[in-house]
Amino acid sequence: MARRLFFLKAEKPAQPPETVSAELIPPTPSVVSISDAAIESRNLSVFYGAKAAIRAVSLQMSRRQTTAIIGPSGCGKSTYLRAINRMNDTIKGCRTEGELLVDGEDVYGPNVDPVLLRRKVGLIFQKPNPFPKSIYENVAFGVRIHYRVTDEELDGVVESALRQADLWDEVSDRLGDGALSLSGGQQQRLCIARALAIEPDFLLMDEPCSALDPIATARIEDLMFELKKDMTIIIVTHNMQQAARVADYTAFLYLGRLVEYNRTRDLFERPHEELTENYITGRFG
Amino acid sequence: MKLRSLRLRKAIEVTFVAVFLISIVVALGTLAMLLGSVVSTALPYLRTEVVVNYASAVNPLQAGYAAAIVGTLWVVGLTLLFSIPLGVAAGVYLEEYAPRSRLTRFLEAGVANLAGVPSVVFGLLGLALFVRILRDITGGPTVLAGALTMTILVFPYVVITTQEAVRAVPASLREGALALGATKWQAIRGQVLPAGAPGLLTAVILAASRAMGETAPLIVIGATFFQSYLPSDPRSFFVALPVQIYGYVGLPRQDFLDLNRNGILDPGEPLLASGGWPGVAAAGIVILLVILFAFNIVAMVARNRMQRRRL
Repeated sequence: MARRLFFLKAEKPAQPPETVSAELIPPTPSVVSISDAAIESRNLSVFYGAKAAIRAVSLQMSRRQTTAIIGPSGCGKSTYLRAINRMNDTIKGCRTEGELLVDGEDVYGPNVDPVLLRRKVGLIFQKPNPFPKSIYENVAFGVRIHYRVTDEELDGVVESALRQADLWDEVSDRLGDGALSLSGGQQQRLCIARALAIEPDFLLMDEPCSALDPIATARIEDLMFELKKDMTIIIVTHNMQQAARVADYTAFLYLGRLVEYNRTRDLFERPHEELTENYITGRFG
Repeated sequence: MKLRSLRLRKAIEVTFVAVFLISIVVALGTLAMLLGSVVSTALPYLRTEVVVNYASAVNPLQAGYAAAIVGTLWVVGLTLLFSIPLGVAAGVYLEEYAPRSRLTRFLEAGVANLAGVPSVVFGLLGLALFVRILRDITGGPTVLAGALTMTILVFPYVVITTQEAVRAVPASLREGALALGATKWQAIRGQVLPAGAPGLLTAVILAASRAMGETAPLIVIGATFFQSYLPSDPRSFFVALPVQIYGYVGLPRQDFLDLNRNGILDPGEPLLASGGWPGVAAAGIVILLVILFAFNIVAMVARNRMQRRRL
């Protein structure tokens, strides 16, 4: 009997040991400054109803570089990413304060249309979300909604986007097949191709590899090195090794606040803040 | 703490499975009996004549459903033409565009309640509105008036089914389209509606089935009972299958027996055994069921094809 009770208790999820308290969050984050920033947030705060998901985050992101945003679950990193192309607008009760400059223009300013902003700032989701249509139609959709194109022009754009996303060789003979018949990694590269087809200047990636196996992950990471030659990439990841591999700069968020922002190498090798060190050494997360 | 008896748990399991099985046997058994009774009554009348002949109130052997079949196809076709665009548009608005306000909730409750209103009430509305007030447009109790009445009747079903179909589309598709810079309508038109198409087809099936089977509203607006010409345009008078069946059922069987007694019919005629008008009515039910069944098969094949194409 005692033994059975023991099992019953063990099934309850254990509370994660909270070894780090919010008191360690520095009042002024340690932030590297960047000249000619492609994206810059100034005191950006995002609220869901009364709850603040992002609190006064200020940082600058470098052009044609990859910036990683790391932090434990619920730290607001996805919220921050989605603030950049105003995808948070689609969430009811979500409110944004502060400034967010993309190419020097505040995207929350009165004259900004999110539809045009999102053409310039692509977003890749955590779970590959191809449309339940053919491979070709997936890539063509974004092009058709923004441009009037002839069939030949469209064929060309689709091919070049699929080549850029390193998917063309695998699908060139079956563009009419359903996108859902592709593997998870191929689906994610299709989503990247779909975003690239409308020639964005920025690519936001929200944990793009969390649903993928290591080989598929490696292909996406290789792709990121190719892509940053002519675009600015911001990637949210809970995988610190991934941040260390792909990112030039890394920002560490905790409980909606920016704790530290630096060149990736410096952040991982010589963190300024105790909280950062605790996180990257795996003491909590 | 005492362990629950496993034997008791299994016994409860078996009992419930038995109850479920009995329930379905009762339901299917009733249906089978109904079908069996209808088909056996109709059997002597299931001949070409019953399909191609016009109605007759005199001789069951000459009586047919030609005008009723064409009338039903007219009414159902026009009803779908009106109700599907209207209902889908209303459903999309309520689900995608309407602010989550008290007014929206009131509208949704109103639509749901509309689905529960007895159909004869819609008939009265149709009579007042389409047959009388809008007589100049509809031309009285015509195919058009019937279809418009049916449109109001099936509208709530189309709206609710559309809402369900749209709601079932994963949010990730909508977000994927919006993230590419689609406007809300482009996301709905390009991704949400195609992904929800099988559900929208369900709305079509529901609407058509309702429009095919409803009797009371058409009787109330004044569909004819015995019509000896085919409706040729939306402003023709018409009769529909269920109305015609109701008409035959209402004919006194005595007439038929009189015919028999007066020697108009050969007493050895095997059709007499089935009782005349009820047999004609049963044949009409079989025709209605066949049309309904054929329509459902077509819709189901289309839906399966749609779902397969996505993989």
